[in-house]
Amino acid sequence: MTLLTVENLKTYFHTDFGLVKAVDGVSYEINEGEIVGIVGESGCGKSVTQLSTLQLITSPPGMIEDGKVIFDGRNLLDYPANGPEMRSIRGGKIAMIFQEPMTSLNPTLSVFQQISEMLSLHLQMDKETQRKRAIELLTQVGIPDAKRRIDDYPHQFSGGMRQRVMIAMALSCNPKLLIADEPTTAVDVTTQAQLLLLMQNLVRQYHTSLIIVTHNLGVVARYAQRIYVMYAGRIVESGSCDDIFNQPKHPYTIGLLKCVPRLDEEEDRRLVPIEGLPPNLINMPPTCAFLPRCPYKIDRCREEPWPALKPVGNQQVACYVDTKLTVQ
Amino acid sequence: MVTYIIRRLIQAVFILLILTFIVFGAVRLLPGDPLLMFLNATDIEALSPEALDQARHELGLDRNLVVQYGIWLGDILQGDWGKSLHFKNANVLQMIGQRMPVTIHLGVLAFFFSSVIGITLGVIAAVRRGRWADTVATLLANTAITIPIFWLGIIMMLVFSVELEWLPVAGYTPINEDFWLSTRKLIMPVICLMIGSLGAVARLTRTSMLEVIRQDYIRTAWSKGLRERAIVIKHALKNSLIPVITVMGLQVRFIFGGAVLVEKVFAIPGMGRLMVEAVDGSDYPVIQGAVLVIGIIVVLTNLIVDISYGWFDPRVRYE
Repeated sequence: MTLLTVENLKTYFHTDFGLVKAVDGVSYEINEGEIVGIVGESGCGKSVTQLSTLQLITSPPGMIEDGKVIFDGRNLLDYPANGPEMRSIRGGKIAMIFQEPMTSLNPTLSVFQQISEMLSLHLQMDKETQRKRAIELLTQVGIPDAKRRIDDYPHQFSGGMRQRVMIAMALSCNPKLLIADEPTTAVDVTTQAQLLLLMQNLVRQYHTSLIIVTHNLGVVARYAQRIYVMYAGRIVESGSCDDIFNQPKHPYTIGLLKCVPRLDEEEDRRLVPIEGLPPNLINMPPTCAFLPRCPYKIDRCREEPWPALKPVGNQQVACYVDTKLTVQ
Repeated sequence: MVTYIIRRLIQAVFILLILTFIVFGAVRLLPGDPLLMFLNATDIEALSPEALDQARHELGLDRNLVVQYGIWLGDILQGDWGKSLHFKNANVLQMIGQRMPVTIHLGVLAFFFSSVIGITLGVIAAVRRGRWADTVATLLANTAITIPIFWLGIIMMLVFSVELEWLPVAGYTPINEDFWLSTRKLIMPVICLMIGSLGAVARLTRTSMLEVIRQDYIRTAWSKGLRERAIVIKHALKNSLIPVITVMGLQVRFIFGGAVLVEKVFAIPGMGRLMVEAVDGSDYPVIQGAVLVIGIIVVLTNLIVDISYGWFDPRVRYE
């Protein structure tokens, strides 16, 4: 069953330099118990998309201009940004984990204070139960000696441990959806794998849906069932994880996969970076944003506007080129 | 922590030694002869140079500066703060003991209200940044910083005492004698004394708060579903007060400095007035005693400020 549907979401930033269409008509959905990956380069709007669903965009300059976020049959964008309905969803029904474990926890409050405020807010637990539950959560996310460490402050934990605390905090009220915004970008590779495995186990155990936002295709490959690829504020390709990895259709996805090493392929393949830089989102041309970097471009790409997503095989692809004929 | 406090207290002793020695020398460089005050001016004419020298010798004022300082220090350590030259034979410690509570009464009120009002204004300005509440709060803070104390005191006196007759013009009544009268008399002096600190605290709180509310952990707090008030008070305020308490500690010495002016304007018999009178009369023992007491208070507040960092910011370690 579908848990969250985002339709035609548009979040713009009105800056001194011009209008930045950070999210420009993004639609996606996630089912109950599903793990979905949202992949794209830095600055492609993937984080802003997630913050928009919870109306956490700083306004001004950010503005959600259009779209719907349907959760539990209600459009969350109908509610005022910091009103009671939105606040009961945040943390209670949809929880977020952020990229920077070093700065995302409050340095002046103990771990217990930071977890317990959610428990009393959303679950109305009394102090004693809060403490029990917090220790249980910390133990679950693999913090050794949780009983003793619960009153420690964030600076007394390592980066990986802090991210575990964040995970414990996010899962504390048993949310239906967990949004992990680059959860492992700031930690080392071995910790990355542990954290991802931990999240996978926990969401399975609690039947929580999980959106993993990342720039690292390798991160989602193992865990996500479906993948959305974002570029310059739009989704350019979506499909099941297997399809995207085995038959990428959009030139950007193909490019991304060429720069990720794989174990199951011939040894002498070189990693090929995508030429050029991501576009400046201010004053974008109406044509496809990937056009200047695209190795497969045809005349039609220069003449017609950015194509909408359309089904190609099992995937949805926003491209005029039939990459299957041109490449591979 | 205990080691830290002990080390700081040992440092404090050296600071006080240097401070009192400088003041000891400085008062002796001032124009004016304490003997003119000690003996009556009419007597001076009559006295022979020999008699003058005799008096000077009896007070020990003819000796080497370092020797004089050594004697004074020795006496202080034995609890003898000396006698006033101006008010003949009044005990310095007793004089300070009478005046100090008055200034502390005034100073504590000024410190409390400047901190509370300043922090509140700063928080409101930061949270409502760019809106009218910010404009008003910032305007108030900037006015508060730039307004001269003595001018404000006289204008307030004119308006509230002379014209409107709402408040007593000047003077001081101890709080235990008549609470209501005491408070009414202190309203204007406290406003004068706190106004500068209030502005400084408000501006710094605003800046610091603006810095804190765009930190990642504030976004985390929003994502937990907390109310704005809870986020501001629980998550942002404690972090943004870390630089503010430094300034609040500094305010203590400005309050003593301001007391000199305010007590003069409002005829309040506190330490400020005592020091002005002592300097006027070249009353060396009184100046030295007053400076020592104020020095001790300032050094201790600095220590308290440094220790309170640890409460505001658990990352602070005292080694």
